[in-house]
Amino acid sequence: METPELRYDGSFEGFLSSIYFVYQHKIKPSAILSNNLQPGLFNSITTITTEEKKADRVLAGLQLKSSKKVVRFIYQCFLSEQEGIELKLLYFIRLVLAGKGFKIQDYSDPIVVDLHEIKKRVGREVHRMHAFVRFQETKEDLWVCEINPDFNVLPLIGKHFKDRYPNFDWIIIDTKRQSGLMYQKQYLTFGSFVKQTTGKKRLTEKHKTPDEKIYQSLWKKYFKSVNIDERNNSKLHLQHVPKRYWKYLIEKQ
Amino acid sequence: MGLKIIEKLAILSDAAKYDVSCSSSGSNRKNTKTGLGNSKSMGICHTYTADGRCVSLLKILLTNYCIFDCAYCVSRKSNDVQRTAFTVQEVVDLTINFYKRNYIEGLFLSSGIFKSADYTMERLVRIAKKLRTEVDFNGYIHLKAIPGASEELLYEAGLYADRLSVNIEMPSEQSLQKVAAEKSYRDVLMPMEFLKNSIKESKRERKRSKKAPKISPAGQSTQLVIGASPENDKEILELSDTLYKTKELKRVYYSGYVPISQDNRLPIISETPLIRENRLYQADWLLRFYGFSVNEIVDEKHQHLDLEMDPKSAFALRNLELFPIDINSADYFQILRVPGIGVKSAKKIIYARKFTKLREEHLKKIGIVWKRAQYFITCQGMTNKLLKQPIPIITNAMKPNQGRKRNPNQLTLF
Repeated sequence: METPELRYDGSFEGFLSSIYFVYQHKIKPSAILSNNLQPGLFNSITTITTEEKKADRVLAGLQLKSSKKVVRFIYQCFLSEQEGIELKLLYFIRLVLAGKGFKIQDYSDPIVVDLHEIKKRVGREVHRMHAFVRFQETKEDLWVCEINPDFNVLPLIGKHFKDRYPNFDWIIIDTKRQSGLMYQKQYLTFGSFVKQTTGKKRLTEKHKTPDEKIYQSLWKKYFKSVNIDERNNSKLHLQHVPKRYWKYLIEKQ
Repeated sequence: MGLKIIEKLAILSDAAKYDVSCSSSGSNRKNTKTGLGNSKSMGICHTYTADGRCVSLLKILLTNYCIFDCAYCVSRKSNDVQRTAFTVQEVVDLTINFYKRNYIEGLFLSSGIFKSADYTMERLVRIAKKLRTEVDFNGYIHLKAIPGASEELLYEAGLYADRLSVNIEMPSEQSLQKVAAEKSYRDVLMPMEFLKNSIKESKRERKRSKKAPKISPAGQSTQLVIGASPENDKEILELSDTLYKTKELKRVYYSGYVPISQDNRLPIISETPLIRENRLYQADWLLRFYGFSVNEIVDEKHQHLDLEMDPKSAFALRNLELFPIDINSADYFQILRVPGIGVKSAKKIIYARKFTKLREEHLKKIGIVWKRAQYFITCQGMTNKLLKQPIPIITNAMKPNQGRKRNPNQLTLF
């Protein structure tokens, strides 16, 4: 059996297209990697074109053999962007598609256990984003948040914020991945920025409304005054609010 | 008058911070199409202060003017602090603007008592009502129920709030009398009883008709101050247990006394009893989720919780004859009694052992704390020899690592 290295564009549809390719050609890839990674030295590389139709076929097949929940499980694991996640998911998808009473809770399979662990970490990051997103009011009447999550979780947090803030326009920007979750005129979209500004904040003082500045200073004041100095516990503090998130937390500036 | 809003916020949040309740969970309020916010039943902590406590709600007093002079309280009449008050509109603006920026899950509003209980309660209700009916705010609201306020006002508060609380503060009537001469247990227990019945009634009604109003859907809670009075842990836990049983409280919070006042009605302590507070929370969890009764955790001979180890380990050491427990055959509540096995792991064990006899490696993978649990269990491929060791050796194993500097960690349960 051939063992080529597959390259796809990094999107979920691209990944599913790769799965389609694997089944179509009955191959056992040595790796499935996102385009932006360095190629291996000795492997033959096959580049996969992302095709929505093929991706949909794979999705439909998975749903037929399992459930929406399992498909979501695969999606959540995929968004972890962990090295080697594609092959683990390929292994998992093979189990699902083979049928034969496969249970997602099969904790005796180490790869399945591993995927559960990954999914749990992604879930935790989703919960963190529900907590750490900070919207800022801009003069363009758009509420903007910049954030830098560990995993690519923006696609998973849209509904939460849409339910909460249905009545004004907002955008959540993932600065590391240069992507954004936009809610405008009651409509939610997820996409990538064309102009790259990695590491730099897009949002500067001049964008903020006067009210925004006032409420930021009120929030900072509040954050300080509710602390009980006699109880200070920096270990616990850091455990809950790790330093890597401070950059975008108003109260930590 | 004349204070800027930022100064008011500093004073009135500082005065509210000794109320430790910060939960935003237990309610599942949906948003409307054009409204602001909702409540998630799991709750969200938006940030944590330097003391490691969660910030979930905008926790403020409406005013720190107070006609009472309770020794434990920073806002007591005789204390020389700057006094101020928010207007209704100021609280509403702060709440919605913090909420829009995703700083908070909602509002926790308490107050000093100005003029009378009803006068104060009416202001609190007015704010909640305005948030719900004028702003269409559907985030979390926790209101203080002021002892002595009329039942009509308490009921109305329940209509708009997700949770209500009346604080007992002192763990015995005698201690309360000593530090707060104007207050009595009766004043506190009466509104609790009324709220309990209203909440129950509303749940019954809602079963019949979805249109019936929700009253305080996240229930009610209270707080006990620890270390400012002579009660032992047995007395405190018995009080909590009674409150859970007779008033059906969702939570009793324990607040280690922070020596904020020089008032001679209170003892002089050098530091806040953080470990004791932690142990009380652990014991509280045993009461609510582990099927323990109070006299299993504390008794005549052990009136205080062991500060060196968690109460479940202490229980196990006093009752070694109950162990070892066979992981593959014991029932759920027996498994829950093993130190190092929590609710989640116990459930996983029950589920996983349907497929295979569990061995040490399975248990470790499931996530039990092997260091402690190994002394009290048997499983496939393991006979328990550790239990026969001298008790001091087992005791030592239950204590936190000696190598690491012990940190008086607060539990991370809020």
